[in-house]
Amino acid sequence: MTAGNDAILRLQGVHTDIGRYRILHGVDLAVRRGRVTMLLGRNGAGKTTTLRTIMGLWRARQGQIIFDGQSLTALETPHIARLGIAYVPENMGIFGKLTVRENMLLATAPRGFAQPYLDRVLDSFPMLKVKWDSAAGSLSGGQKQMLAIARAIIEQRRLLLIDEPTKGLSPAMVDQLVGALLRLKAEQTTILLVEQNFRVAEAVGDEVAVMDEGRVIHTGAMAALAGDDTLQHRLLGLSMAAAL
Amino acid sequence: MKEDWRNHMRRWAPYALTPLIILAALPAIGAGPWLTLTVAGLTMGIMLFLVASGLTLIFGLMDVLNFAHAAFVTVGAYVTVTVLRPLAGWTMQTSLTLNLIALLVALIAAAAASGALGFVFERVIIRQVYGAPLRQILITIGALTIIEQLVVVIWGPQALVLPKPASLRGSVFIGSSPIETYRLAALAVGLAVALAMHLFLRRTRLGLVVRAGVENREMVQALGYHIRRVFIGVFMAGTALAGMGGMMWGQYQETVNSQIGDSMTILVFIILIIGGLGSVGGCFIGAILVGLTTNYVGFLAPKMALGSNILLMAAILLWQPRGLFPMAEH
Amino acid sequence: MTPAQQFVRRPPGWLSWIVSDDPPGRIGLNVLMLAILLALAFAPFLFPGTKALGVSARICIFVILVASYDLMLGYTGIVSFAHTMFFGIGAYGVAIMLAKGWVGWGAVILGAAAGAAVAAVVAAFIGMLSLRLRAIFFSMITLAIASFAQIVAEQWRNLTGGEDGLTFSVPAVLRPSFHLFAKPVFGVVVNGPVITYYITFVATLILFLLMLRIVNSPLGLVLRAIRENEFRVEAMGYQVVAYRTLACVLSAVMAALAGALMALVLRYNGPDVTLSFSLMIDILLMVVIGGMGSLYGAVIGAIVVVLAQYYLQNVLAMISAAIAGMPVMSALFHPDRWLLWLGIIFVLIVTFLPQGIVGRLRSRH
Repeated sequence: MTAGNDAILRLQGVHTDIGRYRILHGVDLAVRRGRVTMLLGRNGAGKTTTLRTIMGLWRARQGQIIFDGQSLTALETPHIARLGIAYVPENMGIFGKLTVRENMLLATAPRGFAQPYLDRVLDSFPMLKVKWDSAAGSLSGGQKQMLAIARAIIEQRRLLLIDEPTKGLSPAMVDQLVGALLRLKAEQTTILLVEQNFRVAEAVGDEVAVMDEGRVIHTGAMAALAGDDTLQHRLLGLSMAAAL
Repeated sequence: MKEDWRNHMRRWAPYALTPLIILAALPAIGAGPWLTLTVAGLTMGIMLFLVASGLTLIFGLMDVLNFAHAAFVTVGAYVTVTVLRPLAGWTMQTSLTLNLIALLVALIAAAAASGALGFVFERVIIRQVYGAPLRQILITIGALTIIEQLVVVIWGPQALVLPKPASLRGSVFIGSSPIETYRLAALAVGLAVALAMHLFLRRTRLGLVVRAGVENREMVQALGYHIRRVFIGVFMAGTALAGMGGMMWGQYQETVNSQIGDSMTILVFIILIIGGLGSVGGCFIGAILVGLTTNYVGFLAPKMALGSNILLMAAILLWQPRGLFPMAEH
Repeated sequence: MTPAQQFVRRPPGWLSWIVSDDPPGRIGLNVLMLAILLALAFAPFLFPGTKALGVSARICIFVILVASYDLMLGYTGIVSFAHTMFFGIGAYGVAIMLAKGWVGWGAVILGAAAGAAVAAVVAAFIGMLSLRLRAIFFSMITLAIASFAQIVAEQWRNLTGGEDGLTFSVPAVLRPSFHLFAKPVFGVVVNGPVITYYITFVATLILFLLMLRIVNSPLGLVLRAIRENEFRVEAMGYQVVAYRTLACVLSAVMAALAGALMALVLRYNGPDVTLSFSLMIDILLMVVIGGMGSLYGAVIGAIVVVLAQYYLQNVLAMISAAIAGMPVMSALFHPDRWLLWLGIIFVLIVTFLPQGIVGRLRSRH
């Protein structure tokens, strides 16, 4: 990856422990402004931990995380969020007892909904309009995922961290979601996207970073990886091949 | 269709329980005392709600069960005695306005004192034991002992009298049922506080953050909110509400001793278990249920009043093992 | 072998067998435990007088009560507030038998056995119903059940004597008027209360060693594993709820037997002496001060708190007399405020010494 000065997020030698377990062993990663960077790798490679460490939900024991010239390493999660980083966790983090509207409202600035953003989001996810005042817990899995992503883009963000959005979704839902991600990509949104579904990765990714055993073992253009079967097989093994 | 109907039943049954008990009590007790007892039960319920709601929110938000919550009830009651003593001139006159002003001053003072103590308590005691349930129980029980003993050091071991203001003594009659004036006033105040709390939780951004925090603390932080600051605020509000409950309860009993909070602890726990830990709505219904049961059974079989609440709890647990309105597990 | 254990001199074989290969630990603690054992064994002669005898008996009974509570709290990680209920059930078992007019050893034994059996059944019932819930839920439910038991004891006058309790006669051998020897032994008249004390002491010793057996058995290992990580134990195929329930039942039976001894010693039983919530707080104080997860801690905790209850008041009286002039200070040191000081010690221990006195003495750092 040509990680020049246009990298908005840069991880250098990040080590993270969870309890007694060492999960990340020196992650180096750069996310370029306005691009979609895919974070691929086998289960347990450390992808989720990387996202959580960026968000400050786990603490890096060692190493640097620089966001737009500012170090995140010592900041608390709320600070990091307020810098304009939105996080969509693997479990989506939906508040089931709150309505769809309240879930969205939580993610807005204190002034409340900004009309242009709200229009854009409801345009992308028309389903939300229908369910606006329903409890979010009553939504289907796919609808919850839409809500989670809608919530992430209800304000101007500088970086989206999205963890396996297609996990457990029906093929039709995956297509809808890919459509939404492509729209974000067209708007030059910067995204760091963890994905197990290679087809999705191929469709939306500009850059790719592959992790294994707590390190980044490959970076480059998504298209290059997609076109090189041998490399794919070597880096991702059978788990990804199965998704093809 | 049939399944749908059953789901509705299941959803609404917890709400129907209170009206059902009120109606069932009517033939058992007879119309005359029934109205008196119902008002008494609602009043007791609303006072218990003030105390229990703070505890349930604190638990829901931070997974902290504060066994010393009752101590803030005691502190609120004693502060009321201290505040109302110099205001005796206002409370002894039959002017309703002066009486109410004095009570309002006492209510604010009790809430402020308990809330301030709550702030210190969170810093000194609670902060050390987040995520350690065993040590939480132990340390808050130790703190309960200390606060109760300090209350005795400050206010002395003997029970103190706390006469009701002149214009709130006696009863009014609705039909042939006598209803104590103070109970009506306490009911009004309690409902006003409960309504304010409801509006705060439903209509404000901070209330939204609190409700979201009860469900998923981590996501609330990832959305940019400092949950620790929110929690200190909720902890202070919860202890302030306990202080208010203590003020109203002490004023109702007209006497205050250092066990006033303890006597409430078990009822408050029963309410939390009935309602579902962490649920404010469940807490409200649980409190009203306990208040009504205590008064109805207290009339029918005086010895069974407290015991009946424990039986009520057991019955509800057999029906709904996690309470009437269970919250998501963290 | 952990580094700490390398410094422990192994006691000879039979002694090690008696303490289930789980000696108190480092040399200082061994000496302390031996001193306590000897002091309790010869208490009637070392500390003559009715009050001292009462204190010694109380210490013995609380050693059982606290050790059995530690079986749940320290070894299995369950916080129950119903322990006094089981204590009370045992005490009422003996008290009711004797108060109903049948005064004899049969009544005592039958009462204790009935108490233990009822305690076991109640504990099994509570355990199976509520131990699958979250820990905090269980604690709150046991608190409610314990207060229900207290209400029942206060209201069921025909059986329990209500709030007044039951005063009864014990078998003739245990009465003050009975003298075992014609002459005093080492200046002490060996009368009924002294015999009662020795029954209590021997029972305590046996039950304590039995509990030491339990916690060092494979069962005890499973219980400790549950405390550390219940999910892993569940995943290994153990029925966590069943094991927890078993811990509760064992603990309840021990508490009931302690209650039976209490009734014999006091020749009286009522809700205040065996069922009150303040008694439950005392037990918690003892477990925490002594050190959770170590039965020897129960011994230390029981001694420290019982002595404090009887003698801290005297110390406070001296202090408050010395500072009589200072208004707030003299109130703080009023003899009746001993609970305040115990509460402060309790919070400090939970904060700074979570492993308690014995836990501290057993570990190197």
